[in-house]
Amino acid sequence: MTNPTQGDQLADLLRGDADELIRRWVGLAASSLRGRMTEAELDRELREFFAVLVDALSTGSRDIKDDAYADARVLLEELSRTRARLGFSPSETAVGVFALKRAVFELIERRGNDGFREVIALSSLLDDLGLWTFEFYSRTREEIITEQSEQLLELTTPVVKLWDGVLAVPLVGTLDSARTQVVMEKLLEALVESGAEQAIIDITGVLAVDTQVAQHLLKTVMAARLMGAECTISGIRPQIAQTIVGLGIEFGDITTKASLADALLHALRRAGVDVVRRRNQAV
Amino acid sequence: MTSPAGERKELPIRRDDDVVRVRQLVRSYAQQAKLSLVDQTKLVTATSELARNTLTYGGGGVADVEIVADTRRRGVRASFIDEGPGIADVELAFTDGWTSGKGLGLGLSGARRLVDEFNLTTEVGRGTTVTVTKWGR
Ligand SMILES: Nc1ncnc2c1ncn2[C@@H]1O[C@H](COP(=O)(O)OP(=O)(O)O)[C@@H](O)[C@H]1O
Ligand SMILES: [Mg+2]
Repeated sequence: MTNPTQGDQLADLLRGDADELIRRWVGLAASSLRGRMTEAELDRELREFFAVLVDALSTGSRDIKDDAYADARVLLEELSRTRARLGFSPSETAVGVFALKRAVFELIERRGNDGFREVIALSSLLDDLGLWTFEFYSRTREEIITEQSEQLLELTTPVVKLWDGVLAVPLVGTLDSARTQVVMEKLLEALVESGAEQAIIDITGVLAVDTQVAQHLLKTVMAARLMGAECTISGIRPQIAQTIVGLGIEFGDITTKASLADALLHALRRAGVDVVRRRNQAV
Repeated sequence: MTSPAGERKELPIRRDDDVVRVRQLVRSYAQQAKLSLVDQTKLVTATSELARNTLTYGGGGVADVEIVADTRRRGVRASFIDEGPGIADVELAFTDGWTSGKGLGLGLSGARRLVDEFNLTTEVGRGTTVTVTKWGR
């Protein structure tokens, strides 16, 4: 690993023992992984970072805000984001960067050579880079918190009683399978508790229905049936209807209605309630 | 790695909520590429199926999503890449209703019907890559 173009001492120092340094670095950083990432993934990541760091150092710059460090910063931002999503703490994240210091110190010590001035420069540079990860880590944490509260909101989807014996559950937003399953279980429980015999699942607010969500819907309708209740699915919008047909999902003999109002009318009739217009009302 | 206009992005698929994230990214690109609401929904649903397969059968992987353009139109292309077990019998996997798990067995075949271009490469023991494209009209 020789690169004759630049004569930067620090870059040369790192480059000269690249493999040994990286191996030690990965070894040190791996202790904080605790199974959330494999060592091979870590190795790939740190190797990539090492290469761009050495490139940046070889320009002679020691300021991480310089253009020379643009790639290094982007890589660290990515790394911090991934760590935050995988549930690493901020110090576990920064340790990945700081561990390179220790690897370099050890190397210098073992060699007994005089690279100390370089090492001090490297040390403060890596401190800066470590702090950079903190910043992006906390940004991602904030994003995650917002996302989670949005998802919570969707989880609170209520089962509402529209009429004696008629329950409805309006589904809204992005349905993933976990959320669909929770809502469906709540509906079945509510059917048992209330003894209602009609249920309406309204999907007017749903953005997409994939096979997994459809499967949850189908299972719920079947389960409700076994419990003596009839389910109607309402609010299947045109784009969703076309997609369901494209996927090849068959809803069989399940009653579907265009709107929640139509579904309610249907449910009331099935429940034996007559809905009639008053005779003296103007037509 | 990140293109300036934000027109290409790679997302990990490791957990359930990553599938939702992929779906949201695809929807936002589909809107940027001016796909109709029907086409957006078809593409989002197809990618939801493929991301789910990457997670469930491929043991996780990545989604690579980008806005593409030719001389006449724009579209969205999404690749789903895993290094899982691969698919031994591709024809069987495309059979409507066939599943090796507990699904409806309509994800692969359905996704293929919902997009304009569909390409699957797989090797047993090596992994699977599925790439789909949907074009604006
Ligand atoms: N990425 C993948 N890696 C390995 N096997 C896959 C992958 N995607 C799909 N398969 C196989 O193809 C089958 C059919 O997939 P699909 O049509 O999506 O139905 P389902 O997800 O309901 O099983 C799956 O059951 C699985 O055996
Ligand atoms: Mg599937």
